[in-house]
Amino acid sequence: MAASEENMVKVFERPRSLNDAQFSYCPGCHHGIVARIIAQTIDELGILERTVVVASVGCSVSMYEWFRCDGTQAAHGRASAVATGIKRVNPDLIVFTYQGDGDLAAIGTAESIHAANRGENITVIFINNQIYGMTGGQMAPTTLIGQRTTSCPDGRDAQFMGYPIRFLDMIAQLDAPVYITRQALYDQKRIMATSRAVKKAFQCQIEGKGYSLVEIVTNCPTNWRMSPVETNKYLMNEVIKAYPLGDLVDRS
Amino acid sequence: MAEAAICAGCRAYFGYPITPQTELLEYMAAHMPAAGGVFVQAESELAAINMCYGASAAGVRTMTSSSSPGISLKMEGISYLAAADLPCVIINVARGGPGLGNIAPAQGDYFQATKGGGHGDYRMIVLGPATIAEAIELVMLAFDLADKYRLPVMVLSDGMLGQMMEPVALPAHVALDSLPDKPWALTGARGRGPNSISSFAMDPRDLSRIDTKRQSRYRQIEKSEVRYRETETADATIVVVAYGTMARIARTAIRIARSEGIKLGLLQPITLWPFPYAPLRSLSRRVSTILTVEMSAGQMVEDVRLAVADRADTPFYGQLGGLVPTPKDILREVKRHGG
Repeated sequence: MAASEENMVKVFERPRSLNDAQFSYCPGCHHGIVARIIAQTIDELGILERTVVVASVGCSVSMYEWFRCDGTQAAHGRASAVATGIKRVNPDLIVFTYQGDGDLAAIGTAESIHAANRGENITVIFINNQIYGMTGGQMAPTTLIGQRTTSCPDGRDAQFMGYPIRFLDMIAQLDAPVYITRQALYDQKRIMATSRAVKKAFQCQIEGKGYSLVEIVTNCPTNWRMSPVETNKYLMNEVIKAYPLGDLVDRS
Repeated sequence: MAEAAICAGCRAYFGYPITPQTELLEYMAAHMPAAGGVFVQAESELAAINMCYGASAAGVRTMTSSSSPGISLKMEGISYLAAADLPCVIINVARGGPGLGNIAPAQGDYFQATKGGGHGDYRMIVLGPATIAEAIELVMLAFDLADKYRLPVMVLSDGMLGQMMEPVALPAHVALDSLPDKPWALTGARGRGPNSISSFAMDPRDLSRIDTKRQSRYRQIEKSEVRYRETETADATIVVVAYGTMARIARTAIRIARSEGIKLGLLQPITLWPFPYAPLRSLSRRVSTILTVEMSAGQMVEDVRLAVADRADTPFYGQLGGLVPTPKDILREVKRHGG
């Protein structure tokens, strides 16, 4: 029986918070899923008109061009400082940063830790794909031991390059942060859990509770030199051993 | 200078302690919250300038201050502010350098302030006060120029100004609702399309168009905003060029010189960028010697020589390492060069 237009129900559509621009991400990359989750969250919470996105340097550099909210782009590593400036002068705005592992946990270590320690009422979305994507696949602070990149072609050697940094464990011992969680996107269940975590993080900010951070352990098919399906398996079987999923702090 | 900023409507200050500017940070800590503004002691100069970037993007008059080594750290952020067309005031209470140097007054940051400092083709308006009264006036002006032209403005003072006390009349507070509208600011996309503020343009044609437009604004500033002060130049046979604390000391040297019958004058650039090339050029047509005096190995003198070319002699005198030339030193140099 052919369904007529009238009795069809639209069950899935593009979030209203996104415009029609195309993402610049590679096929199979998790970044696009995160952008969608954030947009959906903004829609559900009805905060589009008061949200400001602070993009950082990396593959997501121009993400402010895809959202229908106000946005800016910060120097490499400085997104949490820029977000601090915006939020402090206009506490009614909902301010979130979107930062990769190099941005947040290497060049922006100081800005990231101190924004958390001050308990800035902002939301940080932290994308941990264990590699520098935009510059072509170099070692990140989060790169796993033995993982090959273009700047550790024989694999990360702890003796010379240290260990993958668990940034969340560092800030979880601070007194100020309200909600700190690590999530992933390698299957539908995880995507749903990440959506709930992102929503909760924004809610913490809306309710004025303070600093929230959602780390999302993601892939990079291009620079990992794997198919998207292989990256999901690798995330599930290997990566989350180094980065266990779940809430580290919940004072909400 | 801190109070002048509050008078000018600055409502967001972000800083980091460094001698000899820490008093400014302390003043802001004590007074900015009472003015209804934001004060944050940042974890570094890098963070402070980027907090300014955020506050400015959100449409508020904002300022940071530091001293030479800290200003070096701010240079990344200054380039981003310039590239994102964001107003911001930066006070440099300059000290001896390079490196850690010392905490004595110096003028070794002239190149850094006027010739870039950060990366890329950008300019910053640079104002050089010689007294506390001038510093107040120029801090107020800095906020107006920053908003008018949408760019960072630096007030280049030094450790002498930063540490001295002088009686001054404070200006009235500017009414916040009289400040210029900023329809471009990130205030939430309510009743309008989204605003975005960025320094990023991947396509060279886009970046070229944006950069060229900014350069035309710089040309406008060069036409309209040159400021300088001439003292006793009308009959002068020799003229000193000095800015900031050195200009103040040169004024004393002029008084002594005149009492000895030496026709000495002073040209004090107040805007170090845009530099007063034209007034110097015309001066060079009627005096034989233009002596530049700086607390550096000779930085502004390059601009003086650019303006004067070979129309007059352009000797230089400077002291390094935080030493401050005295009126006597200047007078000795003036006499050595035929004054």
